[in-house]
Amino acid sequence: MLMSGRFGAYGGTYVPEILMPALTELEAAFVEAQKDESFQAELAALLAKYAGRPTPLTRCRNLGPAGVRLYLKREDLLHGGAHKTNQVLAQALLAKRMGKTRLIAETGAGQHGVATALAGALFGLQTKVYMGAHDVERQKLNVFRMRLMGAEVIPVESGGKTLKDAVNEALRDWTASFTDTHYLLGTVAGPHPFPIMVREFQRVIGKEARAQVIEEEGRLPDAVIACVGGGSNAMGIFADFIEDEGVRLIGVEAAGKGLDGSEHGATILRGRPGVLHGAETYVLQDEDGQISDSWSVSAGLDYPAVGPEHAFLKDSGRAEYVGATDQEALDAFALLARSEGIVCAFESAHALAHALKLAKAAAEGTVLVVNISGRGDKDMEQAQRLLEFGA
Amino acid sequence: MNRYTQMFDRLSTCGEGAFGAFLMLGDPDPSTSLALLDAAVAGGADMIEVGIPFSDPIADGPVIQAAAVRALDMGVTPEVCFEILASFRARHPRIPVGLLTYANLVLARGRESFYRRCAAAGIDSVLVADVPAREAEPFAGSAIDHGVDPVLIAATNTPPETLRRVAALSRGYVYCVSRAGVTGTDRQMELDHGGLFSTLAEAGAPPAVLGFGISQPGHVRAGLEAGAAGVISGSAIVRRVAEAREPIEAVRDFVRTMKAATQKEVARDRVAV
Repeated sequence: MLMSGRFGAYGGTYVPEILMPALTELEAAFVEAQKDESFQAELAALLAKYAGRPTPLTRCRNLGPAGVRLYLKREDLLHGGAHKTNQVLAQALLAKRMGKTRLIAETGAGQHGVATALAGALFGLQTKVYMGAHDVERQKLNVFRMRLMGAEVIPVESGGKTLKDAVNEALRDWTASFTDTHYLLGTVAGPHPFPIMVREFQRVIGKEARAQVIEEEGRLPDAVIACVGGGSNAMGIFADFIEDEGVRLIGVEAAGKGLDGSEHGATILRGRPGVLHGAETYVLQDEDGQISDSWSVSAGLDYPAVGPEHAFLKDSGRAEYVGATDQEALDAFALLARSEGIVCAFESAHALAHALKLAKAAAEGTVLVVNISGRGDKDMEQAQRLLEFGA
Repeated sequence: MNRYTQMFDRLSTCGEGAFGAFLMLGDPDPSTSLALLDAAVAGGADMIEVGIPFSDPIADGPVIQAAAVRALDMGVTPEVCFEILASFRARHPRIPVGLLTYANLVLARGRESFYRRCAAAGIDSVLVADVPAREAEPFAGSAIDHGVDPVLIAATNTPPETLRRVAALSRGYVYCVSRAGVTGTDRQMELDHGGLFSTLAEAGAPPAVLGFGISQPGHVRAGLEAGAAGVISGSAIVRRVAEAREPIEAVRDFVRTMKAATQKEVARDRVAV
């Protein structure tokens, strides 16, 4: 392989030997594509004319205390409904370059599955999406969207029937199918080269946000805040700010029903280093190393591992990681809808919840940027039930 | 002398291939699991391969996944597995025992502590299914420090330079995989081994043992004829644990049938008759 695939002690390629040639092929294709102007031009055109980039940076008119300047990076406005589309278009282009005819993907909330389905339709690639049976149940609308775009959705019945189990199944499929199939992994987790590749394909979020906030404020923000499940929207918005030492980078994990219990998805806050899905990273696990089932009201944050670069940023102290509970996220979700007319995804509401906490204690003139990684259409049914508005 | 070396020497003297029987430790419960290991030996297995149940076995197909779930549901921990193996070792001092496991179970205990525990339980080799040659050095190093043979996987699509690395890092035997996919009998073994066995042999690797998709005597013969020193059958055995009315007898009888296919002359005589 061409790169180390490590972030300090984290990352690596912990996969069965039989998958190594597939990862080597993918890494080579990625490195070549990054240097290839025609690939970059084709991707840029797709992002602009198909996906709708750049996405706006919206300053909240009503939300948050007066004097705090709260900005939302509007990935919810991207085609497909979430940031996932950015890197899916890029990986699908790569798949075409590698001569693959079939895509497989895992999905939690269904946003990555939807993005993969749209790319499959657009590029004429047969698409199969693995989704935990529990998530199929709570994200019915996205299941239908995927099927509408021609993807096959396979409910996964093993384990806790959520994202972790869908990744297992996709990896198993790939060990048998890599010759003609690209595994379009949806986040900055998994074996090398996925964490680096997905970060680079999501970097556009932070690149735009950085320029936009400078244009608005004439300076860098005080903090950039994003939710972290696998961690791709966070790495995407963090990447271009990492060198800006004065900018706090804050990842918000799912504290679920509380960090003191076991029903959460707070991998960095409550896990310890281990290996899951091909990478050495923080993992929620028991004493023996059996992987724990995570919990979150948002399917997209319901994952017991995290991208290895987040593990590295946590240990190095460059980024901070905090939690927001289901309830805090729901409150922020409802508040954003009422005060700004924006319905965000449950996942993104975790980031917003923490930003609002921060804003309360912030000094006059503080500038905060929150990544609204996706829109909330998929969560309507659940929100209706949880917020007791009545159907 | 190392139990694998003794076994391969003995078998090559009598012109036989090795038959390895795989079972999931603690499946369906710890005491039956021990009886099943005994049954595999009674059926004539030359080497025993065992898995420690893991919550997320990405290299395993549905049959072995289900076995892990059954064992985990019975509360089987790695420590229970080590105790089963220690009892087994006390009864069978000579048969080689190999452990198949996943990286997180090794790291959760700590590499040094894990391999030390393996040695104490009488385990001869450890294969970590999600540790390819690229990541294997620290695992192989700890194993060797504790007198345990590191076993690596070599597949038909593994490039020659990696095969040489596999050869250099492996002790005991090399686990060869001749088809894509996870463990299981849905896909049969495929016979296109390419230069796998010859490249390994040229690089001075320990004997090649073929696994994945071996569920019939014909697969055993084909694997040995292709150049493997032995074969391992897993899902076909584990399926009998789950489905047979008398699992212990079923495992013993199946192992006996498969072992018979490693005895080349006997097999040919039978065909002639």
